[in-house]
Amino acid sequence: MRKMTYIDAVREVLAQEMERNPDIFIIGEDVDVDGGVWNETAGLPERFGAMRVVGTPISEAGFTGLAAGAALCGLHPVVEFMYPDFIHVAMDQVVNQIAKAELMFGNQAQMGVTMRLCAAGTGTREAAQHSQNLEAWFNHMPGMSVVMPATATDAAGLMLTALRTPHPVIFIESRRDYYTEQEVPDKFEPIPFGCGQIIRSGKDVTLLTMGYMRTKALEAAEALRGELDVEVIDLRSVKPLDMPLILQSLQKTGHVVIAHEAPETGGVGAEIVRRITATGFDLLDAPPLVLGGKDVATPFSAVLEDVVVPQTADVIELIRDSFRK
Amino acid sequence: MAKISKKDLLDRYSWMLTIRHFERRAKELYRASLVKGALHLYIGEEAIAVGVCSALRDDDCIFSTHRSHGHYLAKTHDVDGAMAELLGRATGCSRGHGGSMHMFNRNKGFLGSNGIVGGGIPLAMGAAFAAKYRHTDAIGATFFGDGAANQGVLHETLNMCALLKLPLLAICENNGVAATTLTTRSTAEQDRCKLAAAYGIAAETVDGNDLEAVCDAAARAVKAIRKTGSPRLLDLRSYRMEPHCGIIKDNRDPEIHHRQVTEFDPLLITARRHPDIFTEKELANLQSLAESRVESAITKALAAPMPDPELFKQNFGVC
Repeated sequence: MRKMTYIDAVREVLAQEMERNPDIFIIGEDVDVDGGVWNETAGLPERFGAMRVVGTPISEAGFTGLAAGAALCGLHPVVEFMYPDFIHVAMDQVVNQIAKAELMFGNQAQMGVTMRLCAAGTGTREAAQHSQNLEAWFNHMPGMSVVMPATATDAAGLMLTALRTPHPVIFIESRRDYYTEQEVPDKFEPIPFGCGQIIRSGKDVTLLTMGYMRTKALEAAEALRGELDVEVIDLRSVKPLDMPLILQSLQKTGHVVIAHEAPETGGVGAEIVRRITATGFDLLDAPPLVLGGKDVATPFSAVLEDVVVPQTADVIELIRDSFRK
Repeated sequence: MAKISKKDLLDRYSWMLTIRHFERRAKELYRASLVKGALHLYIGEEAIAVGVCSALRDDDCIFSTHRSHGHYLAKTHDVDGAMAELLGRATGCSRGHGGSMHMFNRNKGFLGSNGIVGGGIPLAMGAAFAAKYRHTDAIGATFFGDGAANQGVLHETLNMCALLKLPLLAICENNGVAATTLTTRSTAEQDRCKLAAAYGIAAETVDGNDLEAVCDAAARAVKAIRKTGSPRLLDLRSYRMEPHCGIIKDNRDPEIHHRQVTEFDPLLITARRHPDIFTEKELANLQSLAESRVESAITKALAAPMPDPELFKQNFGVC
């Protein structure tokens, strides 16, 4: 074991895969300047040159389109969006071009494009246009895998898989986990998409989480120690979703609650409930519950933001709600 | 202007004629409800597709628009695959998955038509980037209409191609109308070359109905792009002889329309200029060649199987 941050772990596997596969290149704003805004590309321009670490103008649609065309020609672009919010500027290229090309051209094209949504999540007081989670958006749109790792090891393992997948991947990075030193293995192994992980085992209730909500979920589970035995599952991958793991846990607990930072309306939680009621209804001892953000944009002031995004105390109440008659 | 050999001229004319006949028959098949969905016809603009593609190799990748049949036929000569695609067959160039607006042929460097106006422009920049990345002298090329020139992504693409020195040929098919809105009502600056000039890109306006002029301009532009690795833009003036799409009404000036069709038809312009080559007999031969290409494609497509839904489900993970 060794210690490493999330952002360093992702960069390590990126460099390793770029070494292995000459078709991988990075493109995005500022990626070739001073290690990138998040220190996510430090050392890579010197190592791989300007054609493989391509700094761009502030033209999200343009550089995402470039990536789409390059992928059609067999390259594997890693497209970096400095904040998830900025991908909206490139939505035609992401949704109409990258995500649809494989199908509309009759399975004769492979679109290996890894789209990094850097600095996702809330809680850093960056307000409405720099603080959000977009997993539901891309989960809804066919043609892309959606992963949102919350630890250095998961981020490295899922990035390895993304870089070896010849299909589009939305890679949502948890900003508040970026710079915390964590224990990581000496060598990162690929983590297949669609594999959740039980990060705390329990017998009373299953708590499903993703992204930075993982931290709050673990805090809530600890706070309830002695009262309820909470099993926490970090889904890691939103699409595909690890339904077998969810149902297996539900079989044991009979209670399931889902917590995410993104708004509840039309959220991933709602989708998971749909699937549970379709295939695991008989396992339920109580209605499945979802806790997500409020149906508003993220406000700036800390006291306002914390009202809009679920906090640890809200998760604790959610879990208790599952046992109220 | 560089002289085109008689053989090349006859061949290129035959492909203009093939596109014309293909589109006429596609329209009939559409009216007979055999071709479904959206159908954007290329009649009137054949000199652009054939002229530009005459300057390109198979490893030069082009990206087309919603009005893509002409580009597809000119670049690939795959009449069978195009017609089968319109008819939704498994033998179509996109295996019946894409239709008129999503044709594809990797081997011939046709990396897709596009249903989003302007959507394909930056994709061509990606092909130009890939060519440079792999140290080849291939280029990327994008066809787009004057309507698409108002999309921001064109400007982003021109800027980035100039900045990164990417071998892109940007071809504006300037037919004066965007869907049903006249360009004079949609665009403040009518001179597309000025757009290119804003990014330091060399550009040229050419009569897009004149096959030889297009061939010449495209050949010069492609040669320059291969030599310098930098982008070029062509503003090719033409006229769309059909309405925008399917059964949409055409509200353009009937007098102008009549003049365009009777005087500026690209087929007429070429044939009239070379009466020694395009004799009545030769024209009849060419017509019969074009018809046989298209009719044989229709016969084959109608006999071809539909795509297999089970295979489709398997390929795309549909439960």
